[in-house]
Amino acid sequence: MAILSRLYQRPASALGTSLVALFLLLALLGPWIAPYQLNQQIALDARQPPSAAHWLGSDHLGRDVFSRVVLGAREILLLAGLGTGLSVAVGTSLGLLSGYLGGLIDEGLMRLFDSLLAIPALLLALLLLGSVGPSDYSVLLVLLVVYTPIVARVVRSVVLSTKAKSFVSVARLQGESLPRILYREILPSVLPALTVETALRFSYAIFLVASLGFLGVGVQPPNPNWGLMVSEGRQFAVQTPWAIYAPAAAISALVIGVNLMADGLRRAIQAPA
Amino acid sequence: MNASTQPTLEISELTVGYGGHFDAVRQVSLSVQPGELCGLVGESGSGKTTLALAVMGYLPKGGQVRAGQIRLSGRPLIGLGSGELRQLWGRELSMVPQDALGALNPTMRVGRQLIEAHGSRPSAQAQRDGVRLVQAVGIADAERVFQQYPHQLSGGMLERIVIAMALSQEPSLLILDEPTSGLDSTTEVVIQDLIQEMMHTRRTAALYISHSMGALAKFADRVAVLYAGELVEQGPKFELFERPLHPYTQGLLDSVPRLGESKRNITLRAIQGRIPAPERLPPACVFEPRCPIAQEICRQQRPPLEQVQGGRQVRCHRWAEIQAGTVDPRQEAPVVPAVHPDSSAPALQVEQLSVRYPVGGRSVRLGRRLELPALDTVSLAIGRGETYGLVGESGSGKTSLARAVIGLVEPRDGTIRLHGAELARRLTRRSRSTLRQLQMVFQHPEQALNPYLTIAESLARPLIRLAGRSRPDADQEAARLLVAVGLPPEYGRRYPEQLSGGEQQRVAIARAFAALPELVLCDEPVSSLDVSVQATILNLLTQLQIEHRTSMLFISHDLAVVGYLADEIGVLYLGRLMQSSPASQLFEPPYHPYTEALLSAIPLLDPRASQEQVRLEGELPSLAAPPSGCPFHTRCPRYLGQICVEQEPPWQEDQHGNRIFCHIPLAELRQSQARVFRMRDREP
Repeated sequence: MAILSRLYQRPASALGTSLVALFLLLALLGPWIAPYQLNQQIALDARQPPSAAHWLGSDHLGRDVFSRVVLGAREILLLAGLGTGLSVAVGTSLGLLSGYLGGLIDEGLMRLFDSLLAIPALLLALLLLGSVGPSDYSVLLVLLVVYTPIVARVVRSVVLSTKAKSFVSVARLQGESLPRILYREILPSVLPALTVETALRFSYAIFLVASLGFLGVGVQPPNPNWGLMVSEGRQFAVQTPWAIYAPAAAISALVIGVNLMADGLRRAIQAPA
Repeated sequence: MNASTQPTLEISELTVGYGGHFDAVRQVSLSVQPGELCGLVGESGSGKTTLALAVMGYLPKGGQVRAGQIRLSGRPLIGLGSGELRQLWGRELSMVPQDALGALNPTMRVGRQLIEAHGSRPSAQAQRDGVRLVQAVGIADAERVFQQYPHQLSGGMLERIVIAMALSQEPSLLILDEPTSGLDSTTEVVIQDLIQEMMHTRRTAALYISHSMGALAKFADRVAVLYAGELVEQGPKFELFERPLHPYTQGLLDSVPRLGESKRNITLRAIQGRIPAPERLPPACVFEPRCPIAQEICRQQRPPLEQVQGGRQVRCHRWAEIQAGTVDPRQEAPVVPAVHPDSSAPALQVEQLSVRYPVGGRSVRLGRRLELPALDTVSLAIGRGETYGLVGESGSGKTSLARAVIGLVEPRDGTIRLHGAELARRLTRRSRSTLRQLQMVFQHPEQALNPYLTIAESLARPLIRLAGRSRPDADQEAARLLVAVGLPPEYGRRYPEQLSGGEQQRVAIARAFAALPELVLCDEPVSSLDVSVQATILNLLTQLQIEHRTSMLFISHDLAVVGYLADEIGVLYLGRLMQSSPASQLFEPPYHPYTEALLSAIPLLDPRASQEQVRLEGELPSLAAPPSGCPFHTRCPRYLGQICVEQEPPWQEDQHGNRIFCHIPLAELRQSQARVFRMRDREP
């Protein structure tokens, strides 16, 4: 709670947090906010510019752009959120284990992660999707593979400095179990850095999910993925530019919002209490 | 005023504050004559450094002089602009900072920095001047040192460089802020000798800041005692040490053991409580809450700084009574019962223990690994209820020994037996009952407690894991443990950061003793604490040890502390044991030549004590290439010759229980050695 109030002390972080909150609200209440059904086609209303009936116009199939952007919020937040959550959970555990145990386990894991990190994220994603085929689950898998190494490295570096402190030695001398030492003794010291890293990963995940949608290798139509919507609208860029601008603006706003919030979190956590 | 009597530094009624809230230094007046070395002592938070920075005109952001004046050779410093101050720095006014490594630019060669400090441009002449300066601070191969970067030099060497820099323009005033606090004692004395000599030959006035009275006893001319931002007492060294007039000065002198004192005949008198935060000062006398002789007037009126004959000043309502001897300003000494260790059946037996660390750190490595022998074939035994003290300088292997015994590092060779049963080298192979029998107290209490667990949780863990208690039972016991170490049971709900360093260490000790171990290893448990707190911790350890008949391995670089607490003392040098003697014997000849040097480096709390001047030459050899034969031969003042280089010395024993690792026969050592120090006894 204290962190939240500190987030609102800086205008930039306050803006970011508000943006994220807005999109979360859209994701939660989407069906009640959106004036039309997700794939409801009104043939007569196709390619309408923004008006009172269609606030952000309609696309080439006569679908309401505003409704699809609103309903797309849940889609992207869910997918990016789940993917981030999974990679943070797996990455944290591997980072804790690797940093604490050291030795061969550490060496093996780190070299594996190094080789994964050596491949550009989007390229790695395309490779993976090419082999498992596009679907929601594949996108989750991509996020997991791409972000786990990054999270694990961040966690590991904090573990290395924490395990040198004598309270960890004390826990060992008291015969504490490995999970207790990792999750109860060491993890709390990792949390500040991990919180910031999670927020940052989340913003990249949104971007990646949208990019994959745009490239047509991630989630498939008629899913209201913002990236997919941009890609679909591209063919009609001249007739219905609003069908591109609206989802593109939504992507930008959310990514900027999450980034500003992550930056604010970093400052809030580092600031003296 | 004629020039010869004008003080170099004159501080009058100086008040320095931070922000708008409180004053860190209040109405301090102090003067230093040319050639005089004035010591400034006080625990952390007393305002020593703030005072020094105010004199330098280099207060951190937010700090400002609110009142008073500082004069340097009669010239007022307050109100000077930064340009004028820069003219003075180096030429008139110089400072030796606490951390020499941090004070030097890591990317610049030492020589260039020195020439820059000297205020000249790089030239052949400047180079020659610089080399001469470096030679003056006792560095033999000045040319080589000149070409090196700070990280390539040892702490003692860096300190010399910083001193050379500070003195390069022959300032009239030098401020030294704990210049030797990070150094080993044998290096420390060499630096102190150097400072004294430089001051003497140049008649430089100096303000020497220290947290310990011991360092000042030796070479200050006058001592000023600062407490919570106020000058509470000042006077010539001898009078101040022999008959302190302020209860705080008395407390500082009483709270650390003197060399040669033992827990069997002296109980340390801790100063109760802790130094007040500057925003919550007591209204009248600042020392009143901790003072054993406080009266009603002390709570109502701020005592004035009174002049006492003999050039002394004191800020206490009751100084006259203290001087007359009608009131005793000493803290009440807790009663600690006598100790009778039982050395017949050793609790811990360590034989031929060796520890090696791989260099480089990485685990997968091709080819032969380079290893540092941190500990080499060390044997010792600790009797039940006995305290074995281990002394040695940094890198001597003290901590490695403790960590190997407790299982935090795996020894390369040797055996460790607890009550006759051999212990597994690996911690994970040790049974829970073995774990229960061994516990450890660490040097930095703030790291020893998990910052995210409450005190009660930290205390309950060993009870649940090692003593097999149930959760509610352990919680109750945790509260009892807090009381046993002198803390209120409500502290259980707090987090470590809400406790002072001394309180944290008490919790750490309570936790170590919680599951009733057979042996507790203490690794420098008081060295990061203020002197006023040290006594409490040492008394607590003694008391708990007697209560539970616990054996103890006590590691410290401070021989006075080890001598006070230990029954038997081992001296380590470069990972080898040099001498092992009963505590009462260690301070008498025969000594190992290294022990002799250590003893002569100890700051004595008695300015009239006599102390032999044994100084070690050269640098501590690297562990990567330990000297052949006797490891001490490269620096030994009693070096015999080829035999010391070629042959490992024998262990020699005498009838008093001394065991000495040296080629020189014990009888010869005894004959040629006088007692290294003599001091008067403390008044009972």
